Amino acid sequence: MAKQMPKRSLEKVGLSVTGACVALVTLVVVALIVMVAQRGLSTFLKDGVDVLNFFTGTKWNLAMTDEATGLPYTGALPLIVTSFAVTIISTVIALPIAIGSAIYVVEIQPKFGQKYFQPLIELLVGIPSVVFGLIGFHVIVAAVRAIFNVEMGLGILPGSIVLALMILPTITTLSIDALRAVPQSYRDGSLALGYTRWQTIWHVVLKSATPSLMTAVILGMTRAFGETLAVRMVIGGVEAMPTSLLNSASTITTTLTTSMAVYATGSVQNDALWTLGLLLMGMSLIFILIIHLIGAKGAKSRG
Amino acid sequence: MANATAQAQDARIRRSMRNDKIATGILTVIVAIVMLIVVAMVAYILFQGVGQLFQPGFLTEASRSNGTEGGIAYQLFDSFYLLVLTLVISVPISLFGAVFLVEYAPDGPVTKVASTAIETLSSLPSIVVGMFGFLMFSVNFGWGYSLISGAIALTMFNIPILTRVITQALEDVPASQRDACLAMGLTRWETTLHVLIPAAMPAIVTGIVLSAGRVFGEAAALLFTSGMSSPARLNFLSLNFASPTCAWNIFRPGESLAVHIYKIYGEGSPEAQHIVWGAAAVLMICVLLFNVLSRIAGKALARRMTAE
Repeated sequence: MAKQMPKRSLEKVGLSVTGACVALVTLVVVALIVMVAQRGLSTFLKDGVDVLNFFTGTKWNLAMTDEATGLPYTGALPLIVTSFAVTIISTVIALPIAIGSAIYVVEIQPKFGQKYFQPLIELLVGIPSVVFGLIGFHVIVAAVRAIFNVEMGLGILPGSIVLALMILPTITTLSIDALRAVPQSYRDGSLALGYTRWQTIWHVVLKSATPSLMTAVILGMTRAFGETLAVRMVIGGVEAMPTSLLNSASTITTTLTTSMAVYATGSVQNDALWTLGLLLMGMSLIFILIIHLIGAKGAKSRG
Repeated sequence: MANATAQAQDARIRRSMRNDKIATGILTVIVAIVMLIVVAMVAYILFQGVGQLFQPGFLTEASRSNGTEGGIAYQLFDSFYLLVLTLVISVPISLFGAVFLVEYAPDGPVTKVASTAIETLSSLPSIVVGMFGFLMFSVNFGWGYSLISGAIALTMFNIPILTRVITQALEDVPASQRDACLAMGLTRWETTLHVLIPAAMPAIVTGIVLSAGRVFGEAAALLFTSGMSSPARLNFLSLNFASPTCAWNIFRPGESLAVHIYKIYGEGSPEAQHIVWGAAAVLMICVLLFNVLSRIAGKALARRMTAE
């Protein structure tokens, strides 16, 4: 049938079919952003929650009504602080390990790295987040309980350790790519000047790969910030200002999982949850923006 | 004087050499630890859960008492069914989308907007995708907790991954093949269908199978879309697609294995714990299988296409 079609209309069919798919995806993304923003903002516009109070208030309790305003307690600062805490701590744990392994794989044992290490790391990417959570709940929490002699062992520290494991493959894989992209001539030049291998790595390879390495780290942080169930299973879910790394706390995503299905669409409580969703979306957009800025700066410095 | 400088230089060289050795040692230790952790994790899950797989009925019976007793048959079925639905929706969209971006799109605002949209989608936390799916499909479209809502949420999660892989695969086809086709008078659409996609097939298949592993284990996007429970009784022989007990009905709620683990991980009873670890082992084995399968399929396809 297609054979009989004139070439020009065949080409048109191709263009419109593929174009429609791209348009559909774009449309869905735009719809998602608009919808989340609209629902998230209606907390402030429709329900009259004070913006400043939302971001600086330290009491979050949707089930109780604040006598002064007649609205539920929606001070999201504890959730925001906890989210940033787990993101930053997990990045700090994962970063040296990820970059260290990337250096080893690219500079020291390339054959071994390609054949054994990379498949293993890719396996880690594929492990579902509930499985990480399960291991965290049974192994890491138990270890924390034993080492620090605390009662529950749930909290920011075990959450960060689980997250560090989860973002390790993301950062490692991207760092490997970043280091591989450094031209071989840089290394040869440095070695010819009498630098040792480590000096070459430290002063030349890492330095010239810095923008790509930063991109890798930020993508890891994006994943950590939005990770839901693994964190939910080890952090305890108590929506209060964190006072120590070993007390139960609750990230933005944790609160969303536990409360989202409880409150009806359109209620103040539900809108407040959407505002948290908007916050998550905003953060991931900011992370992308940073990556683009780094890319643009890198391109400029290369000329 | 000259002697002293020479000595200082000697010391510096020795120090550099020593630092080099120390650094190499530390890096080796780091890599060893990482590999040990990965192997230990996988081994631990399999060790904890494999015994449960041989319990009679674990893989073939429905769960009872809200999942804390019985088997995981329906969860297993729902996981695969969700995966198939997701791939049926997401593969064509991603494939054609990638073709548009690589072959048709002139470098300009259209491509830029589209790739920004896809990048945004890829960085969104899956819980946000789940919330959107809940509001859009479960509430606005009135589908409630249903497999199709879940499959669309998973599609949104899967499209960026697939599009990236397929775009890469198409870009890797040598330009000479493209030029040859166009020189023969084929249109771009014919070139794509008959030459480029077949040439890129091994990489595309590898990418699809790998992404299937990711979809299979995803849970956060499903909590509010396909729900947290399977029907108590499923009829696999029923062809009445509107019936809530028909296994193939895409508008019935369904619970994937990963969601099931999340639902009952905190249950204290030993029976429930056995089920959790058994389910985790099944999930792990499936992910491993997808991983191995993607390599084998890619290699086999590549061999068939190049050697014959």
